[in-house]
Amino acid sequence: MLSIQDIHVKYGAIRAVMGISFEVKAGEIVALIGANGAGKTTSLRTISGLVKPEQGKIFYNDLELTSMPAHKIVEMGISQVPEGRRVFPLMSVQENLEMGAFTRKDKNKIKDDMKKIFQRFPRLEERKNQSAGTLSGGEQQMLAIGRALMSNPKLLLMDEPSMGLAPMLVQEIFKIIREINSEGTTILLVEQNARMALSIANRAYVLETGEVVISGDAKELAENKEVQKAYLGL
Amino acid sequence: MTLLNGLLPPYIESIAITVGIYIIMALGLNLITGVTGQLSLGHAAYMSIGAYASAIVSLQLGMPFIFALLAGGIAAGIFGLIIGYPTLRLTGDYLAIATLGFGEIVKSLLFNMPIVGGAMGLAGIPYKSTLTVTFILVVIVIWMMLRVERSRFGRALLAIREDDIAAECYGINTSLYKVKMFVLGTFIAGIGGALWAHKIMVLQPRDFGFMKSIEILNMVVLGGLGSIPGTVLGAIVLTSIPEVLRFSSDYRMLLYGALLVIMMRFRPNGLLGGVDVTKLVKKSIKSITGSNFTNKEKKKVKGGD
Repeated sequence: MLSIQDIHVKYGAIRAVMGISFEVKAGEIVALIGANGAGKTTSLRTISGLVKPEQGKIFYNDLELTSMPAHKIVEMGISQVPEGRRVFPLMSVQENLEMGAFTRKDKNKIKDDMKKIFQRFPRLEERKNQSAGTLSGGEQQMLAIGRALMSNPKLLLMDEPSMGLAPMLVQEIFKIIREINSEGTTILLVEQNARMALSIANRAYVLETGEVVISGDAKELAENKEVQKAYLGL
Repeated sequence: MTLLNGLLPPYIESIAITVGIYIIMALGLNLITGVTGQLSLGHAAYMSIGAYASAIVSLQLGMPFIFALLAGGIAAGIFGLIIGYPTLRLTGDYLAIATLGFGEIVKSLLFNMPIVGGAMGLAGIPYKSTLTVTFILVVIVIWMMLRVERSRFGRALLAIREDDIAAECYGINTSLYKVKMFVLGTFIAGIGGALWAHKIMVLQPRDFGFMKSIEILNMVVLGGLGSIPGTVLGAIVLTSIPEVLRFSSDYRMLLYGALLVIMMRFRPNGLLGGVDVTKLVKKSIKSITGSNFTNKEKKKVKGGD
């Protein structure tokens, strides 16, 4: 479904990603794990078109995304839950969700999808007229996920969904991610919380200083001695 | 077309026209800085472009006022496009400095271009900006801004202000929307400038300096960034205060400054910042009539989406 081929990304003189390649197949949950500065977020931002790679190619169902602007990429069915949630703080919960459907024209379907999201996150429905900036961290994360789902994505990119959340909430968010996946949305997940990520992913790639160092089946990686030592604290 | 002219004493009428022009200018800047969150310190430059362009159309071509008005708006809008396209990639302080630089360039050019009279300026512009004309234009601009606020375009602009990266993540072509918005804002500034030219009748480059840009920005900030009723109120208050304070002669600008500081201390979000005026009006109507007579209004608002 998604194929990243040897991308290199620079921010000015700083090289963030140095030749990363990986693949996401339809229906999978794929995790990118690694420490700070490994290039996880940059890889995600390159896929969604927020930054352009210096070199390398990105294909989505055989279509090349590499030079496409971000808004076109959303229209093709790739949506991102950005790092740190980034809800629109002064807009209400409902308005935030409506913004998620910005690229869509099918008004009735949008209403149905909003209902579905409120079923999944009853807390958001209770607070639908409240401004998003007043929600708690967990609620904001739910809103950010809901907002991304409003564009009806086939591939959902999630950047650190567990960041800054209490352990109970992290569990809940990961349960939701698995549910979304089982309903047919492919997920590419970037996480520092390697344990949680490996527990729900089908496959994973371990990134270190801008390169893929290990990859494979998530269960096998969780058993791998090096991964355990470096990322699972065992 | 002369409905309102002569209804007020000449002095008051003159101030009312000035207030109207500033409402138009401030609404244009409110779109750029208030709604979309792009700090522009060069708004007076677009006003001057509109003023000079319309004056030339009136003086050299002798065309009717409506053409002069449109020429002013279009000329300013074209410059808005030329300047906005590269500079709107900048954000925050950098954008502010770039727009400030452009404002100074325009002023220097006007000073040194013989075709517009240089430092002597342009004189003999016919008086066309009557109270009626100004009033009609103010109504049109307010109506336009309300339409924009409730449109898909307007929501995209708000999203850009709230978080431009998130906006881009959800499929908003942020650079395109910013440029479109800037062209509209500068077009309105050009209309304001054209009105100004045909009221004052004499144009001098020094009238359109940095201080003028700041004056307009003050109105937007004081009224409440992003609020249309707030901006209108800000323009009314800040244009009339110096007149009201005339009695204090020498202390006038001192009092004006002190009032600004006090207002910012007690209403940091602006006079009407964060106040939903439509809701407020509905509530007061409800409390007066005690009935649900506002349902019709609600539907109207929804229909504008």
